[in-house]
Amino acid sequence: MRRLLFLMPVIAFMLVAAAFLAGLGRDPSKLPSTLIGKSLPAFNLPPVRAGDVGLKSQDLSSGQPALLNVFASWCVSCRVEHPMLLELKAEGVPVQGLDWKDEAADGARYLAQNGDPYTLVGNDRTGRAGIDLGVAGVPETFVVDRKGQVRYKHIGPIAPEDWVRTIKPLLDRLRAES
Amino acid sequence: MTAEIGQLALILALLLALVQGAATLWGAWRVDPVMMAVGRSASLLQLLFVGLAFCSLATAYALNDFSVSLVAQHSNSTQPLVYRLGATWGSHEGSMLLWVLILALYGAAVAIFGGTLRQTLQARVLGVQGIVAAAFLGFLFFTSNPFTRLFPVPPDGAELNPILQDPGLVFHPPVLYTGYVGLSMAFSFAIAALIEGRVDAGWARWVRPWVLVAWIFLTVGIAMGSLWAYYTLGWGGWWYWDPVENASFMPWLLATALLHSSLVLERRGALISWTILLAILAFSLSMVGTFLVRSGVLTSVHAFAVDSRRGVYILAVIAVMTGSALSLFAWRASTLRTGALFMILSRESGVVLNNLFLLVATGVVFTGTFYPVFLDAMNLEKVSVGPPWFKIVFTPFAVPLLLLVVIGPMLNWRRDELGALWRRVRWPAGLAGAALVIAALFVGLGHVFTACGVGLGVWLVAGSLMVLARRWRIGEAGLADIRRLVRSTPLAVWGLVLAHAGLGVLTLGVTGMTSWQTNKVLTMVPGQSVTLAGKTITLDTVQSAPGPNYEATAARFNVSSRFGERALTSERRVFPVSQTHTTVAAIGLGLFGNTYISIGDPNPDGSLVVRMWDHPLVDWIWGGGLIMALGGAVSLTDRGLRVGAANRVPQPLPAAAQAASA
Repeated sequence: MRRLLFLMPVIAFMLVAAAFLAGLGRDPSKLPSTLIGKSLPAFNLPPVRAGDVGLKSQDLSSGQPALLNVFASWCVSCRVEHPMLLELKAEGVPVQGLDWKDEAADGARYLAQNGDPYTLVGNDRTGRAGIDLGVAGVPETFVVDRKGQVRYKHIGPIAPEDWVRTIKPLLDRLRAES
Repeated sequence: MTAEIGQLALILALLLALVQGAATLWGAWRVDPVMMAVGRSASLLQLLFVGLAFCSLATAYALNDFSVSLVAQHSNSTQPLVYRLGATWGSHEGSMLLWVLILALYGAAVAIFGGTLRQTLQARVLGVQGIVAAAFLGFLFFTSNPFTRLFPVPPDGAELNPILQDPGLVFHPPVLYTGYVGLSMAFSFAIAALIEGRVDAGWARWVRPWVLVAWIFLTVGIAMGSLWAYYTLGWGGWWYWDPVENASFMPWLLATALLHSSLVLERRGALISWTILLAILAFSLSMVGTFLVRSGVLTSVHAFAVDSRRGVYILAVIAVMTGSALSLFAWRASTLRTGALFMILSRESGVVLNNLFLLVATGVVFTGTFYPVFLDAMNLEKVSVGPPWFKIVFTPFAVPLLLLVVIGPMLNWRRDELGALWRRVRWPAGLAGAALVIAALFVGLGHVFTACGVGLGVWLVAGSLMVLARRWRIGEAGLADIRRLVRSTPLAVWGLVLAHAGLGVLTLGVTGMTSWQTNKVLTMVPGQSVTLAGKTITLDTVQSAPGPNYEATAARFNVSSRFGERALTSERRVFPVSQTHTTVAAIGLGLFGNTYISIGDPNPDGSLVVRMWDHPLVDWIWGGGLIMALGGAVSLTDRGLRVGAANRVPQPLPAAAQAASA
């Protein structure tokens, strides 16, 4: 019995190590999004600031390609990414915001403090829309074409090189698509 | 040339580590003093060569040798010398080199100061250290060679991430690593004890100072990291539950547990196998911390280069090290002597409870940190948990633990009585209760957590001081007696009081910061004033201020309050080489709170977006952490902890000793 007790740690460790090994094979930043090539799942989210209009999935099929950025006020990486988003806004790139698993008031305060790069912002307090979108963590950014189909998913903060090498060329291509 | 010298030194160090591991373990097995001596010399030579490799890399940085690929990636000729040197450990490869350097230092310390140890025990400790060193030198050499050359040689280097160009960077990693790697000593001693099949008070007396050293450095390192985040990330957060912070917090929690359980082992000869297990787990979590940052299993702001080949190597190292350590534990621990008996209400039980809470808290942090990985492994939807989750789940384990901190030292060894215990803690309990009630009246019943936080902080501070009051028999003994008792108070007791009271100060800081923080965001023009938390803040001037390798916009503020006026400057720096910017917040320090101002980019019309915070008691968080570390340091200087102090082996009680061992 005592022996069995002493075996417990090594057994527990083997389970954890197996999980790590399984996790290693997958690059967390290259989660294959099952949504790629499909339409955005339907959602209709309330705004973070009272009086705003919120965010619906139809807002992203309005005839021009756009980015859907998932963020949260409690997310550090989002703060790192934020200046990049503000820059995109300045360049005229439409970015829609999804405030994930966050209280609306916290989301509103976050935008007030850091600036608001979004055309529209929806608050997904329960994370329900996040589940449909397959959100793994924040920040995540979806590139959506003019018909509202997801074409690419970027995980983690958008670094300048991600923008220049991947997302901007894709957006340019999508703009050229008829 | 320096890079080639470094490269060669690294290879020699790797070979020496292998010699160290093999010679000592073989020598200890055959009881061959010559082989054991060879192993000892190998550990000293290994330190020499790792040190040489490290100096070579530092020299390459200092001399702007951009033919070394690592230097070209992380340093720039315009960077000040101190940050070029700091960049030595600012990259993945460089920080791993620092890691093995510190490991070699610890190994050499065993070889030099371990003369009073049983010779085979010393040899086996060195053997395990050698194996760990070889594994990580191999990792460095095969997957992250810091000395790779670059051709053609670029005229100038890229830049060290500007956010890392800060005094914090120069000190934070070495301090934290000294803590992380210090736990390797506990690990090596645990494995050596399992091989020897012998654990006694002498063993505990040897391990405890090392654990204490590791714990002190971890405490200071974590506090520095938190402080650094506070002033560089530009919004005044001090803890984010980020995976990398958690990676340092988990070993800290276990080191704290280990510190207490090894005390019981030393004093009472109990909790033997438990202490061994904690030692293995604590260092394993240190290694997991390393794995976490580098493997890319989790995404984090701190992440260095993500390379899954490195992840596989480190995972393999952890699997082999921890796996074989725990297997050895399963095989040998049941044969270890079981400890002395103690009753349900005793100081030993207090420590057992302390350990259980700390272990569960570690489990909570571990689960939260790796939740996405586990879900992914089971092919479920990946979900990450944020700070709200940690706050909800961690707090219920932290609060009873904090209550226990005061009760533990009030308990007698072996057995105690509830009534006697109550008489000892009634003063701090009364004070804490009063503080709770006053705070509740002050903040209102809606903020019950704030009131509880205040009560808990007072409980910790008052309860820790009560240890001294009891020892000095204040209220019973005469003045002369008290003076004698004060003078004869061992430094270890002072250490205990400081560490526990520091935790109370920290609790008050966290409570103040989470409950009473206020902020304002507005666009300001020079001359404009605004009030925040009773202070009047005026934007005086906005100027450009060039730095050595950046351009800055500096805004001067005047903050006036009842206590006087002060000028504060907040800067926004743009680094042209890497096209990044950082915010240097203006922080007005105060004993009861900080004023924290950060600015955004100036608008074309000369106005400026200004964010300002009032952070009540925030400095108490780091102050508390430093008091805790100071307590550790004071404790370390106690004679009783000094290595090689006379061997007092406590005798286990003959009967029913089994029941007591945990």
